[in-house]
Amino acid sequence: MGALLEVSGITVRFGGVTALKEVSFQVNAGEFLCLIGPNGAGKTTLMRAVTGIIKPDAGRVKLDGRDISHRPTHERARLGLALTHQIVRPFRSMTVLDNVALAAGYQRFHHILKAMGSVDRSAERQRARKYLELVGIEDVADKSVVGQPLGVAKRLEVARALALEPKILLLDEPLAGLNSVEAARLADTITGINRDGLTVIMIEHNLGEVLRVSQRLVVLDNGRKIADGLPMEVIQNPSVRAAYVGKESQHAAA
Amino acid sequence: MGIYEISLATVVCINIILALGLNMISGFCGQISLGHAAFYGIGAYTAALMVKAGFPIPLTIAAGMISAGVAGLIVGLASLRVRHDFLAITTMGVGFLFLGIVRQQELLGGELGISGIPSAGLGKIGYLAVVFAIASLSAVFSLWIKRSWMGFAFDAVADDEDTARVVTVDVGAYKLAAFAMGTAMAGVAGGLYTYFARFLMPDDFGFITSITVLSMVAVGGIGSVFGVIAATIILTLMPEFFRFISDYKLLVYGALLFAVMRFAPEGLAGFARDAYRRLTVKKQAGETV
Repeated sequence: MGALLEVSGITVRFGGVTALKEVSFQVNAGEFLCLIGPNGAGKTTLMRAVTGIIKPDAGRVKLDGRDISHRPTHERARLGLALTHQIVRPFRSMTVLDNVALAAGYQRFHHILKAMGSVDRSAERQRARKYLELVGIEDVADKSVVGQPLGVAKRLEVARALALEPKILLLDEPLAGLNSVEAARLADTITGINRDGLTVIMIEHNLGEVLRVSQRLVVLDNGRKIADGLPMEVIQNPSVRAAYVGKESQHAAA
Repeated sequence: MGIYEISLATVVCINIILALGLNMISGFCGQISLGHAAFYGIGAYTAALMVKAGFPIPLTIAAGMISAGVAGLIVGLASLRVRHDFLAITTMGVGFLFLGIVRQQELLGGELGISGIPSAGLGKIGYLAVVFAIASLSAVFSLWIKRSWMGFAFDAVADDEDTARVVTVDVGAYKLAAFAMGTAMAGVAGGLYTYFARFLMPDDFGFITSITVLSMVAVGGIGSVFGVIAATIILTLMPEFFRFISDYKLLVYGALLFAVMRFAPEGLAGFARDAYRRLTVKKQAGETV
């Protein structure tokens, strides 16, 4: 089976700093891939380059065999790349439900003139409610997003991404800031979604959950890919241990 | 109604169209514009030239609408790369650019403006009826847009452009649509003003006018159609009742704009909502006791 997402030779420079250097990886359909690495390794930058939020200095992105390297973010999203933000960014003027309903109506506002002519939001709100149920925050559906706890906001990000009916779900630290019970519950939800056939790429620091749910790991360190493979093998890899454990033991010593 | 009241009502209706146009851009889509008067002026001058050339009223107004809308589209395109404060400065620059050009064009009468524009030939009351009908239409159009999926996408753009992109909103296209619609409405207002004033001066479309319109939108409550209409009526009539305000217009409106932004960012609409909420809560409390 061919790769669903093929990322090749991505290089990103911010001024004089090379944030990513020729990073390549691929994701197969139905896979659950975790992207890990120490802080500042370039994980979020890689996701932002894949979704087109930042323009890489070099490299290509292919989705389902189609080269999308030069397409703007909204088109990539429409073609099936749904991203959640590490730092939650809900639409603050809307209710929790409408945040998801907007995404669920992505076909409604595709053509501007059609968007001008259609008013009914009930079908999208109904679908949005299902996604909220799926992530377990349906009881705050009609509340404003402002003032919701982080646990709700994190799950809202996931629900909103799912509402786009993507081919690939890109999750940037969905578990960060959640307590262990919440984290395990959300990780289980995501695993369930993956089992139903959706391809998932997840950036995560919570190694316990990563090892529990992922089928394959890609490790970044200092903007380079240093490992790619089965979780248990990757985690034994000496350079991965050096990047992770080495630094951690230094911290412990300090 | 005396002649004075009729002309006041006509001005109020023209300002409502103008303010609802800016509300489309700044209120619905969240894009600040400090140059709205330029598009009002483009509509007015286009209509004036058409009238002088002998074209009948529906055509002149339509020409004003189209020319302002096209200009808005061009300014929108140029502004796609700038946000927030930079957009404010860019649009302000467009306003001054417009004035600079108009002042130098003999065709447009330069500093002296265009005078001797014939009336619409409908009588004062008849013309008020036309302007009122178009203002009502603008209000209905605004309310419709607010409820539509276009309005929903505008909300997303106004809230957070980057996230809007992630949920597939073509942010650039929606901004352009807002600019085109809002400036076209300003063009209509300009065309209607031409027949009303029958005399155009560059200063009618200067920075003070842009700030006045922005005050109407902000005081009304950015994005609220009824709030903007209420604020437009109040702010248009205020200088008429308190003559001294006319002399200090920029000062008064500037202070008002600052006060609203600082103390009541939701404007009149916010006050109304709070009052309504308080009333209903009291009522409920009364019922349960």
